[in-house]
Amino acid sequence: MSQTASWQHRLAERGVDRRLWLLLPATVFVLLLFIYPFLYGLSLSFQPLKGGGALANYQKFFNDAYQRDTIATTLKIALPAALLNVLAAVPIAFRMRGRFRGKRLLTTVLVVPITLGTVLTAQGLLNYLGPTGWFNRILMAVHLIDDPIRLTNNYWGVFFSLIITGFPFAFLLVLSYLSGIDPTLERAAATLGASRAQRFRRITLPLLAPGLATTFLLTFVLAFSVFPSAVLVGNPAGSTRVISLAAYQAAYEQYDYAYASAIAMIMGVVELVVVAIVLLWRSRLYTGSTGGKG
Amino acid sequence: MSGFGQLRLEGVGRRFGTADALAGLDLTIERGEFIALLGPSGCGKSTALNCLAGLLPLTAGSIWQDEQRIDTLPPEKRGFGMVFQNYALFPHLTVRDNIAFGLRMRRLPKDEVRRRTTAAIEMVRLEEHASKLPGQLSGGQQQRVAIARATVLEPSLVLMDEPLSNLDAKLRLEMRTEIRRLHQSLGLTTVYVTHDQEEALSMADRLVVMREGRVQQIGTPEEVHTTPTTWHVADFMGYRNLLPLAAQSVAGEVVTVPLGGTTIDGVAQGTVAAGEDVVVAVRPEDVKLGNEGLKGLVEVVEYQGRELAVEVVLEDGTRLHARTERKVQAGESVSVAIDPTRLLVYASDRPAAELVTAGLAV
Repeated sequence: MSQTASWQHRLAERGVDRRLWLLLPATVFVLLLFIYPFLYGLSLSFQPLKGGGALANYQKFFNDAYQRDTIATTLKIALPAALLNVLAAVPIAFRMRGRFRGKRLLTTVLVVPITLGTVLTAQGLLNYLGPTGWFNRILMAVHLIDDPIRLTNNYWGVFFSLIITGFPFAFLLVLSYLSGIDPTLERAAATLGASRAQRFRRITLPLLAPGLATTFLLTFVLAFSVFPSAVLVGNPAGSTRVISLAAYQAAYEQYDYAYASAIAMIMGVVELVVVAIVLLWRSRLYTGSTGGKG
Repeated sequence: MSGFGQLRLEGVGRRFGTADALAGLDLTIERGEFIALLGPSGCGKSTALNCLAGLLPLTAGSIWQDEQRIDTLPPEKRGFGMVFQNYALFPHLTVRDNIAFGLRMRRLPKDEVRRRTTAAIEMVRLEEHASKLPGQLSGGQQQRVAIARATVLEPSLVLMDEPLSNLDAKLRLEMRTEIRRLHQSLGLTTVYVTHDQEEALSMADRLVVMREGRVQQIGTPEEVHTTPTTWHVADFMGYRNLLPLAAQSVAGEVVTVPLGGTTIDGVAQGTVAAGEDVVVAVRPEDVKLGNEGLKGLVEVVEYQGRELAVEVVLEDGTRLHARTERKVQAGESVSVAIDPTRLLVYASDRPAAELVTAGLAV
């Protein structure tokens, strides 16, 4: 009896006890809904529909400029959009720290776009920024422009859509990272003679940077897999022919699942490269305690 | 920047919403003084410190450094050093960089920054830890970094906000001496906030005792310790025996009050009239167990090293805290004597019944 008790005790010290079962649902979930489809897709990508060796699908993608360019097209939309989301979130979150009247209302307004969904956002963009939308009509009415500016059904339409849907995420994340930084640190810097700008540059920004890196990655990954808005407010045949669109066409227009899988794998690798670069940079920053309660 | 003749606070007040956190603070700080702001939590002492530092704008009054008005300057323009309760060390900078921060903000030459930083690190004896991050230091070491960081700029005034409250008892005693030593050797002017009366008495040249946003008494440690101006100050300064009584007769300074079935004499603090409600204050150290005096029973005995802290219940039910070196036990019959010069009698600011519910001894 005492023998089994001590054995259980030693296991428990190493983190093996009955609470381990709590991990089961997540493990099953990941295995069934991520690992298995991923491995299935990976093996499928090496079995080209028309033969020609295991790497034929990948060769086909990189030999075809129309397909290959989707990588650059997607990066050209996703990287600036993610960057702008993070950069815009910082000053707003910075101002929204602490308590003030109407904070909850303002936060709600800033976060509401999350609930809208891509289609509603696209609809709104077309109405507002389209050639006959309010934006152009107002500019023309005050004679700032003679012809409508094209802001939809091209690169900018998709870009705006990604800002609208991505910004709330970036804002919420940056706000929580910022609240985790002890405000006394800035006060201490002030008593040491640091101006407002120096306090931000020397104290807040270095402590916030790892959080900004994480935020950038999350909004980047969201933006990289952009699909509905690329079709609805973009130019899916040209400037916004993103990589997910290429994969979709391979799978559901050409019914070549193996090729579509290969494109999906390429998409994943490109994302991983960006993630790896950012994480490498992040690992060189200070990532310890920031003194706050967040 | 450094050095001033005197710093004057004139009617300084700070209001939060409708509540006065600080009101009508008048104080003149002479160069080289060590001033302690003392009081229970919420008394406005930290508010006063933050107003001095420029971290909180005033809502009333003004602050003058010699002939220059400084309460309109932002904190970075005042050139005061500040030590925070939670130290507020920059977690991403090494000990050396933390201490050098203020010097770098002044854009001093590199050589000078290095020389002064090294000297400051030596002064607080952290040479071996200079390249560590604050998170790798103990509480006492972090506190020393915070002090070095605030003093390396040779500020005209150093503000300390309960800097020792997060340390254990032993370290607190050591740091007390350390801070006082630095104050003297660097010729600093220091304003020190604490709720620990012992700390304030042992470190400061002058004490400012505060309560509910207002100054109760300003004086040397001895003045505040021996003659508190109000019974609230007495309460805070360790007069554990506070008794709401009625003055029986008054002769000059001597007030006679009924206690323990008989009467006892005390010294009036301020004006006291016969028949008035009064609060009588006496320290446990001034209540002696002996063979003569008020009769009572020992109820509780606490061992305190050289002495015993004893609670005695008198015949009329009054409880008195006393100290004695005699070995007594709970249940023993004793007599207590009180030195009449150490029994302070204050005019009561509230009816006796209210004082009883406010937690004063019966």
